Amino acid sequence: MVANLGYGALVIAFLISLYGAGAALYGVRKNDPAWIDSARNAMLLTFPLVSLAALTIIYLLVTNHYEVEYVTSVTSNSMPFYLKVTALWGGQAGSLIFWSWLMSAFASAVTLRKWERDREFLPWVIVVSLVTLAFFLSLSIFIENPFVRLWQTGTGSVVSAMLQPAGAVSFVPADGSGLNPLLRHPGMIIHPPLLYLGFVSFVIPYAFAIAALVTGRTDDRWIRLTRRWSLVAWLFLSLGLLLGGRWAYDVLGWGGYWGWDPVEIAAFMPWLTGTAFLHSVMIQEKRGMLKHWNMILVILTYDLVIFGTFLTRSGVLSSVHAFAQSAIGPVFFGFIGLTFIVSLSLLLRRWNELKSEAQMTSMLSREALFLLNNLLFMGILVVCFWGVLFPLISELFTGQKVTVGPPFYERATAPLFGGLLLLMGVAPLAAWRHSTAKTLGRSMWKPFIASLVVLAFVLLTGVRNPIALLGFWLCAFVAAVTLYEFWRGAQARHHTRAESLPLALWRLAGRNRRRYGGYVIHLGVVLMAIGIIGIELFQSETQGTIPQGNQLTLGDYSITFDSLANFDTNDGRNVARAVVSVFKDGQYVGELHPRRDYYYESQQPMTIPGVRSTWEDDFYVLLVDWQPVSTQGATFKIYENPLVNWLWLGGFVFILGTLVAAWPDRDPETARVPVRRTAYKPAEA
Amino acid sequence: MKSLRSPLPLLLALFLLAGLAVSLGSSGPAQAQQSTPPGVTDDQVNAVAKQLYCPVCENIPLDVCPTTACAQWRALIKEKLGQGWSEAQIKDYFVAQYGDRVLAAPPARGLNWLVYLIPPVILTIGAFILYRALRSWKQPPSSAGEPGQPVTGPTDPYAARLEEELRRR
Repeated sequence: MVANLGYGALVIAFLISLYGAGAALYGVRKNDPAWIDSARNAMLLTFPLVSLAALTIIYLLVTNHYEVEYVTSVTSNSMPFYLKVTALWGGQAGSLIFWSWLMSAFASAVTLRKWERDREFLPWVIVVSLVTLAFFLSLSIFIENPFVRLWQTGTGSVVSAMLQPAGAVSFVPADGSGLNPLLRHPGMIIHPPLLYLGFVSFVIPYAFAIAALVTGRTDDRWIRLTRRWSLVAWLFLSLGLLLGGRWAYDVLGWGGYWGWDPVEIAAFMPWLTGTAFLHSVMIQEKRGMLKHWNMILVILTYDLVIFGTFLTRSGVLSSVHAFAQSAIGPVFFGFIGLTFIVSLSLLLRRWNELKSEAQMTSMLSREALFLLNNLLFMGILVVCFWGVLFPLISELFTGQKVTVGPPFYERATAPLFGGLLLLMGVAPLAAWRHSTAKTLGRSMWKPFIASLVVLAFVLLTGVRNPIALLGFWLCAFVAAVTLYEFWRGAQARHHTRAESLPLALWRLAGRNRRRYGGYVIHLGVVLMAIGIIGIELFQSETQGTIPQGNQLTLGDYSITFDSLANFDTNDGRNVARAVVSVFKDGQYVGELHPRRDYYYESQQPMTIPGVRSTWEDDFYVLLVDWQPVSTQGATFKIYENPLVNWLWLGGFVFILGTLVAAWPDRDPETARVPVRRTAYKPAEA
Repeated sequence: MKSLRSPLPLLLALFLLAGLAVSLGSSGPAQAQQSTPPGVTDDQVNAVAKQLYCPVCENIPLDVCPTTACAQWRALIKEKLGQGWSEAQIKDYFVAQYGDRVLAAPPARGLNWLVYLIPPVILTIGAFILYRALRSWKQPPSSAGEPGQPVTGPTDPYAARLEEELRRR
């Protein structure tokens, strides 16, 4: 049986992970390189084994092996081939395998790198990676086994079990229940793997951090070695979040892109700590400070990644009872608690060795402003974490269930996001080490004036909402500062090296791609902020039922209901598709086709909007309801979402900036020897 | 060199905190609405539904939820509005029927206060720790003999600083 083959591969991979972790520990203890090499081989062996398990599932999915419970739950006969493949991450059991697969791939990639200079890190990186992998494999083997099959017992009831129960025969349903319709959108097909790529890549910096703690090599070597890993992890996480937002906008039919749902927040939290980490490691690299804090951030990120994996799939947050009933919840929390405590105690053991090599000399220095940035990110994290957790606490202590929804998060985080924008404008102008109000003011006045000009322009367009004005001014200020930084740098090169301005700009960015990539990311954030201010503060909507040929008006827009068709498709949907003509200021501007898909298998409706998208706004039409005889009318909900396209443009620039920052250097990474005064001590163990 | 101890970061933090406290404290007042005429529009229904969450479809506001159950709730809201109920009365009615969970955010009473108090309190503590840390780290730059102060040549101080920053990456 193919399922047995996959399951067997999982079990062997699990045992080998345990062996590898043990061998690495033993090798360190006995100072025997042979054992460490053996552990390394074990690490490398997990990848083909987990690959075999994952490919087995994919094979079962595409060949309609409905006797496997997981296959029945996420596929059906009518699904196209590519959706059957992506059903690997369409359910909890499959996505856990996918997680393990990525983990073994990344850990193997790290293991294959050259280790001459960092030999002492190797065993500990292996231990952390393999323990994490073993944990996820154990979940697949013992709790969420994707290979469990369906059996019909002698009494006729259907049970699910890995091995054939006595007297039972294999039960093969004629068709599966199909993938959740919401997950059939292209955005949703790539969104989960991107998030998972981000999640799993963050394990690598954590593994190196733990290796640094255990071996007592307290310089910034671990940070330099994992800099690109962190950036790439962050890139995938950002991309996953952005695509998730876009998917929600295109498919969920509520006119928005982010609903502060616990599942969204679960992916957002490691992004928050990861972003804080990417900023604060720069202080350690440049100034040898904040070593404790960077460790805390990377530990937090790791545990939030595990927490996020758990939340995004299990849905246990809906209720304390769901949590208590699921076998997977307590196991996850146990693992998170254990790794958190072990990591923190390692950190405490090295606390005194991680003393700063320099001191803060000015409260307006860039390092001080970076710390403030970290404080704000942590503030947003606290709001998110507490908001996700509170409904459970409330239910536990009072029995009363409560909803912590968007109004809470929006009010609590808006000032914090505003503060981050302000810092984004100030910090790039502050010098490392020493900066005063005077020097800062001197470099700030030009961009400041520029931002006031933009503000005046915004006022002229008729915007009077004070929050919007503040927001737009902040955006203008950050953009002005960032562009000014590019210009100033290029000018300096232009003068000192007599390079032409474009060449100076190009070479400047090449000299420190992380810095200038970071500035491009800041510009992306500004564009996104413009879009967010637009849709959050100026969205307007109306709903109405109109007979065929009649009009519904919203602001400058109106729609005419032309026709409606209702038909079945061959992939198991009933589609109601309306045709509406859109008019702006009385001028015909095009036709939209909002529709409602009803999936027979899962009995789930989906509302797909018709959208007319411009840089000024999106005109977004939903088909809410219709009469059996379409001439009697249909109900439409229409939104005008101002500036929302800037959000997507900003996302694009954001990713571009991250790519610039993370792009591999031409010179080999090992060529950069850290210039730190602290000597590291060899392992004590 | 005179040490310039600027309170700007602290002030900024306090400003943000104040903003947070104010914005959290003002839990959305239920706009009183006068009794509606018999012809209740969908927009009036959605204005109420937007603030409610049904217990089944988690985290989807009632005004956009496509399920039948939610359509029935909206019909109920329409009926109540037609009978002249105010927005607050309708919300109270749903709370009485299904509990606080139908509201978008927990009403500020009893244990629920924690949801509004904990984040500002933790942020305040964090700001305080940060402020103390910055104070304790800070020292007059001259006496410490901090090495490697950027060598500002006779040319352009910014160019020199940039060079130095780009070198140590």
